[in-house]
Amino acid sequence: MYLASSVLFILGLKGLTSPEKARRGMNYAAFGMLLAIVGTLVQHEIVRYDWIIGGLILGSAIGIPIGLLVPMTAMPQRIAISHMFGALAATLVGVAHYYVHGATHGNMIALGFEVLFGSLTITGSFMAFAKLQELIPGRPMTYRGQNVVNIACFVAAVAIFIYLIIVPTSVHLFYAMIGLGLLIGVMMVLPIGGADMPVVVSLLNSYAGLAASATGFAIGNNVLIIAGALDGASGFLLSVLMSKAMNRSFANVLFGAFGAATVKSTKTAAGLTVHSISAEDAAMRLAYARSVIVVPGYGMAVAQAQHVVRELAELIEKKGGEVKYAIHPVAGRMPGHMNVLLAEANVPYDKLYDTEQSNPAFPRADVALVIGANDVVNPAAHDDPSSPIYGMPILDAEKAQSIIVLKRSMNPGFSGIENELFYNDKTSLLFGDAKSSLTKVVSEVKNL
Amino acid sequence: MSQLEIIQLYVFILAAFVGYQVITRVPPLLHTPLMSATNAISGISLVGSLVAAGSDQGQVATILGFVAVTSATINVVGGFIITDRMLKMFKRTDRVVEGDKK
Repeated sequence: MYLASSVLFILGLKGLTSPEKARRGMNYAAFGMLLAIVGTLVQHEIVRYDWIIGGLILGSAIGIPIGLLVPMTAMPQRIAISHMFGALAATLVGVAHYYVHGATHGNMIALGFEVLFGSLTITGSFMAFAKLQELIPGRPMTYRGQNVVNIACFVAAVAIFIYLIIVPTSVHLFYAMIGLGLLIGVMMVLPIGGADMPVVVSLLNSYAGLAASATGFAIGNNVLIIAGALDGASGFLLSVLMSKAMNRSFANVLFGAFGAATVKSTKTAAGLTVHSISAEDAAMRLAYARSVIVVPGYGMAVAQAQHVVRELAELIEKKGGEVKYAIHPVAGRMPGHMNVLLAEANVPYDKLYDTEQSNPAFPRADVALVIGANDVVNPAAHDDPSSPIYGMPILDAEKAQSIIVLKRSMNPGFSGIENELFYNDKTSLLFGDAKSSLTKVVSEVKNL
Repeated sequence: MSQLEIIQLYVFILAAFVGYQVITRVPPLLHTPLMSATNAISGISLVGSLVAAGSDQGQVATILGFVAVTSATINVVGGFIITDRMLKMFKRTDRVVEGDKK
């Protein structure tokens, strides 16, 4: 039964390689989960069902409303908090196992990984959730000696872990290690700013998976090992992709040492002027454009402007223009954030293009419409070696015939880096909240 | 290492390898559903939680197991529902037109 459910999980993930088969694949995976649960419930080990049923009911009572009601714009938070629940379950199983059975040397290796990954994911994910939900400020929080303290905690946790493998009976140290894990989780996410969230969320995804996998080792259950490994591999791969997309080394990410981008570029905006544009003029230009490429960013998500964007795109298409969407891997707060938002607004997915596909199209585009995106279109990544984002693959919006940027103000983005694109002669800026600006543009286009 | 642990390690490495191979082919388009799907799948910790909550190993284990069952269930149930909701939204051009007519 466990074997069957493992196969179904892999089939489910395989379905995700194409949007056509994805839903069926997920049904396989859900069925696999059901098999695994039923398979467990009928085991001899399980002698009482009262707490199990209570937990299942309570969990469903919380899970179903979350699943049905969370808006797509809140998806990054939802994902972050669910990593917390996953890690919490794994950690508690580990603690219960240790409490009841104690541990042998070999078993301690698995248990140690389980509670260590688990505990740091619990608090790390909660911090990520709090930042995304804006319960605490999203900007990086740093203090002097932060790295030293973090590394010290990490070293201490590893030292305790090694000691525990040799002396698995030191109960106090076991709990001390969990405490340290919880602390590391908090401190790891504190210095991370909003723009780095896609990496952190993927990384925590991977940790949560590894914790589940370690649970499988500890209690000798293969389906846990397999499902956890799948989750771990997926999170790992996504973190690698995200860090590549931001031109950060993976080692940098793995140890959670991606400090805030406090380094300011030497180039400043002094002496440069921006051209602002009115909604009427923007509408005029968009309406008569033959080819428009939309570059969405976090600003679009904040303003929840995706539906207006689609409306505008339909109007342009009616007038004979062509609209494409260019999506950078780290646009937004989690991998694929923009894709989900646009899909929610009924934008067909064959119009969404990734960086490599869309860059050759920019020179032929009449208008690049940048909506609340900043660093992902910053040409400094190409030509300013002193810029912190130098070398990062970007969307070449600057190569379009003209550029319209929707922006709330001239404040630099999360990374605090000036963007030369905004001072380009081809660029016009339309200031204001993305949604209200676009609504104006849409009504202007209708009037033309 | 015992025989069992070696087999477990084999299982882990092979699963991670298969996972890596399959997931490499998931397009960026579906990265968010992928995350939410793997999240639901890793709710498999539920299996371990069920054992902790239901095998009568004393009050502490039962309570810890109960909390674990609850949080794993939140992930499994919520995760699959939300993944399906997301995947429902991804449509091709012609289907969007069809959908509007209905």
